[in-house]
Amino acid sequence: MKYIDEYRDAKLVKDIARQIEAAVDPARSYHFMEFCGGHTYAISRYGLEDLLPSNVQMIHGPGCPICVLPIGRIDAAIELAIRPEITLCTYGDLMRVPCSNGLSLLKARSAGADIRMVYSTLDSLSIAEAEPNRQVVFFAIGFETTTPPTALALRFAIAKDLANFSIFSNHVLTPAAIKTILENSDVHPLGPIKIDGLLGPAHVSTVIGTQPFEVLAEEFNKPIVVAGFEPLDVIYSILMLVRQVNDGVHKVENQYIRAVTTLGNEKAKCEIANVFELRESFEWRGLGAIPHSALGLRSKYAKYDAEKRFEMVTPAAQDNPACECGAILRGIKKPSDCKLFGKVCTPDSPMGSCMVSSEGACAAHWIYGRFRRQGKADESWRTVA
Amino acid sequence: MCLALPVQVMELLPDNMAKVGLDGIFKVISIALVEDVTPGDYLVLHVGYALAKIDTEEAQRTLALIREATLGGAA
Ligand code: SF4
Repeated sequence: MKYIDEYRDAKLVKDIARQIEAAVDPARSYHFMEFCGGHTYAISRYGLEDLLPSNVQMIHGPGCPICVLPIGRIDAAIELAIRPEITLCTYGDLMRVPCSNGLSLLKARSAGADIRMVYSTLDSLSIAEAEPNRQVVFFAIGFETTTPPTALALRFAIAKDLANFSIFSNHVLTPAAIKTILENSDVHPLGPIKIDGLLGPAHVSTVIGTQPFEVLAEEFNKPIVVAGFEPLDVIYSILMLVRQVNDGVHKVENQYIRAVTTLGNEKAKCEIANVFELRESFEWRGLGAIPHSALGLRSKYAKYDAEKRFEMVTPAAQDNPACECGAILRGIKKPSDCKLFGKVCTPDSPMGSCMVSSEGACAAHWIYGRFRRQGKADESWRTVA
Repeated sequence: MCLALPVQVMELLPDNMAKVGLDGIFKVISIALVEDVTPGDYLVLHVGYALAKIDTEEAQRTLALIREATLGGAA
């Protein structure tokens, strides 16, 4: 497929890796955080870490929306879904996240709750249209990529006068999370974490552009390279970061220029602004409460806001105390540091959210990374020219 | 769930929808979030919506830049 295969050219990937090796200063180390789960997945799947010199280390960041959603929000959705008049629609990834009382959306569905997996917000609108006697709630989750589709769904619902459609918004903002990580990198109670630069999110940036990262690069003196998700994108972006570190600069650079502009997608940003407003504060798993880091529906859309319409409350819920997702999402620990990893916690029976989505650090490491030492990483792509 | 893929526009449909193809698989998606879409364009598809157009010239330029970086090779 065009614009996929060309960026999986194994020979070029290895050539760039050699360039990185030649560029690094052996007397220092380089720690780069990939914010996005998509990068975590690519790094694991294509075994990119193995191609890097030992003094270049990748730190998995919190950029997987499933992983950072606190259990309490899913508990609240389940509480809603078990009400007889409610149909809860959501993206498939959320279904297996373990929450309180041994439940998950999947288990709640088996127990009789009307919970439906959808591929798109458009599917949830079709359900609301086809079943006017049900109250259809879209359990919305995601960074800036999934927010415009939710905003449009609301606009369509209003245009069609769908009185039985509402949204439970859990949309969160990338720059706010990056800021929190950089602010606390030296002083966090879980321990300090060294970050020399960041791989910036690709698809989030198609929406918001590269501009919001400029103030972060400036304030924290960290280079940020917005990077695409194919192996060549990722490895070349690491070379760009190494060069910036060597030169002592901290700019925002755009490697994914084929889809990302400085200002992003104005139409999408406009849709977001029309429908959503900033929440004062929002709780993130692993990162705690972050001010102005999430979006709720504007008050003029209160009747489409499931939290208000159904008087939802978010219970304070405890994560499994043995699960290290919190430290992993901060980049302080690696999946293999967790005692449960691969023993009681696997993608078939996840104990924590990082094991659920393929972009979660634990799942990516379980599926691809753990075979690395045995030489069993996914090699199939390397034959693609 | 943030994974998104390049797809190619086959046909424009009413209501800001389009039929797109990806490796022989066809899908109907919303193009309400992108401007000036024409058949043959490549789009970034995510949860049923196109988020951006892929700039084919920039795509080639990026590849050329990467290839250039491997020339004059070190090590
Ligand atoms: S291996 Fe499982 S229990 Fe351990 S941190 Fe990862 S998700 Fe949590």
